[in-house]
Amino acid sequence: MNKQFDERITHALTDDHLHHAVNIATDRLRTKKAQALTKIDFAQWSERGREIREHVISNLDYYLTQLASEVRRRGGHVYFCADTTDAVEAIQGVIQSHHATKVIKSKSMVTEELHLNDALEQMGVEVVETDLGEYIIQLAHETPSHIIAPAIHKGREQIADLFSQVANRKIASDTPSLNDYAHEVLRQKFIEAEIGITGCNFGIAETGTVCLFTNEGNGRMVTTLPPVHIAVMGMERVLPTLADLEVFMNILPRSATGQQLTSYVSLVTGPRAHDELDGAKEFHLIILDNQRSQSLGDPDFQEVLQCIRCGACLNVCPVYRQIGGHAYGSVYSGPIGAVLTPLLRDDPESAELPYASSLCGACYEACPVKIPLHDMLVKLRARNVSRGFTPPAERLAFQIYKKTFASPKNYRLAVRSLRSVQKWLMKNGEFHSSIPILSSWSKTRSLDGLSPLTFRERFAKGLVIDQITEKLPHVARKE
Amino acid sequence: MQVSLFITCLVDTMFPEVAESLVHLLQRQGIQVDVPMGQTCCGQPAFNSGYFEEAREVAKTWLTAFADSEYIVTPSGSCAAMVIHDYPILFKGDHKQLDRIKKLTQRTYEWTQFFVDVLKVEDIGAKAHISATYHPSCHGMRLLGVTDSPYRLMRHVEGLQLVDLPFAELCCGFGGTFAVKMPHISTAMATEKVVHIAETSAQLLLGLDMGCLMNIAGRMKHMNTHIPTMHLAQFLDRASSDLPILDNREGVNIK
Repeated sequence: MNKQFDERITHALTDDHLHHAVNIATDRLRTKKAQALTKIDFAQWSERGREIREHVISNLDYYLTQLASEVRRRGGHVYFCADTTDAVEAIQGVIQSHHATKVIKSKSMVTEELHLNDALEQMGVEVVETDLGEYIIQLAHETPSHIIAPAIHKGREQIADLFSQVANRKIASDTPSLNDYAHEVLRQKFIEAEIGITGCNFGIAETGTVCLFTNEGNGRMVTTLPPVHIAVMGMERVLPTLADLEVFMNILPRSATGQQLTSYVSLVTGPRAHDELDGAKEFHLIILDNQRSQSLGDPDFQEVLQCIRCGACLNVCPVYRQIGGHAYGSVYSGPIGAVLTPLLRDDPESAELPYASSLCGACYEACPVKIPLHDMLVKLRARNVSRGFTPPAERLAFQIYKKTFASPKNYRLAVRSLRSVQKWLMKNGEFHSSIPILSSWSKTRSLDGLSPLTFRERFAKGLVIDQITEKLPHVARKE
Repeated sequence: MQVSLFITCLVDTMFPEVAESLVHLLQRQGIQVDVPMGQTCCGQPAFNSGYFEEAREVAKTWLTAFADSEYIVTPSGSCAAMVIHDYPILFKGDHKQLDRIKKLTQRTYEWTQFFVDVLKVEDIGAKAHISATYHPSCHGMRLLGVTDSPYRLMRHVEGLQLVDLPFAELCCGFGGTFAVKMPHISTAMATEKVVHIAETSAQLLLGLDMGCLMNIAGRMKHMNTHIPTMHLAQFLDRASSDLPILDNREGVNIK
């Protein structure tokens, strides 16, 4: 494992604050989700959602073309950006053309992919996040640690400390006080902003509409108050029609936060028309590829593009529960991050993320659009093996494994050999904690030795007798 | 009815008593039990680590060993899931093997599902005056849908007081090679599992997968938490014979 990954994991595992905050928050989200699912036939909605997403991804070129032409027809501008540099340049271009210096944002994971805030600050633009969670981590100079709850790793006290420090006065740690402070600061920012930047939960191809789900109403403010609105979307976030949106209005909030409906669902269709009273006068849509198209047509990984970023897989993941989001070292954390990151950022460091899973399958079970994350994690490991990314000692170990277990004769021989030497490897009836291959296990867990006879040996020798029926086993079938 | 036992490598080498109990339970239902001696391992360690070529070689020994079996029954949901869920992924595109797999997996069962769904037996006449909690193992639960069958068997045990395990669905952190590859995270997961088990104050932990039980028991010992762990097959075998559920050396003798 690379050193930074190991250090991040160790750091997370020893951070009690993080552990406590993540456990409480994910437990709450999970419980609320379970409650929200009982009120509708969720399985049916979810299956419909999966079908729509699968259909869109299989016909993505068609729907993207339709989306772009509908946006343009209504006077909006569309930019297809191959990578993060293209996207940042397109956004910077819009800002420069307005000589703007004040930008407000509504939460967007895809702009995290662009490191957009850094890029804009470097050109002298003030960027303010308006989602409370995102605002908190912006003040703390951190990155989101959860797809829908970016500051999930912080407790209320930590947030109060952070606000007090920035405000230079004592802010109490109760929710109303924290909210009041954020309101006070952000209200002025909304009024002054020249550009609003948002993400895009779904782009509706039929109407050229950008759809945003928010709980604080900040999305509505960011899209309507400043004269210019830039929406940034991953190229896969398309739905064919407004009617399809109904399905995701049912699925997304329930899966994400256990809400039956998000507090605000904003639909933005092009810039303000002549007869309209509010909304941005200019609308720009940035559509980002950034390696997403690499997964198109790949039978092993295409389904990952069905993701609707609800974060349900994070909330049930026992690994995420222990280490939180930052340990993953990437924009997207948890099981979806462990699958998506190596696909978006094809480097040896990201290639390690799929090992941060016990393959328990909780993510697959929780996914409302049934992405087989569990299988994809294994396939990404297989990709590492075929590319030679795995350590030589591991490759050797599996060669030995194959030789031993592909032959019943070799298997019996190996068991007998290990049994005859194991007494040298054991102390007080368990394996010594200093044996190289076993030490990572036996440092924290005891491990018993092999049985004096294997089950199959006992069975073949007729030793497996039932005391009740006094029955002997019937057949030991030959090889 | 003839049943071939698919005994996982872990049970074969380290926990033969679990397989013996399963033989007893099946025989008491009047079933002919055979053990194909050509079996070794299902290939899961290599598959889960991404070594597909190595896993395929080992999987082929499994397919050969069970080629003639009428029913294939195993005391591990994880290994059954490997065969039923993962072999089709492993041999994708290899139609000859896929045909073999299809024929065999239709006859392959995790043992509690075999009892409840095939044999239609839920009450095996077991008695045990003990309190126990149950850890549902991930692969059996999620990849095979082993959710109801163990409870049906346990509910019919006279005297058994079944205590709910908080956060039961959380993985214990074993994950095969995961426990070795990510030992710190795995240990943290096992620790949390042990804490939840201790919260139940149950006298015994039951489960369906020796990998998970070995991980949990191994962690318990290091944490000085002494709650015996037992495979459900072994528990039911003991509870339906005159054997004490727990040995005296465990400090608890129930009968």
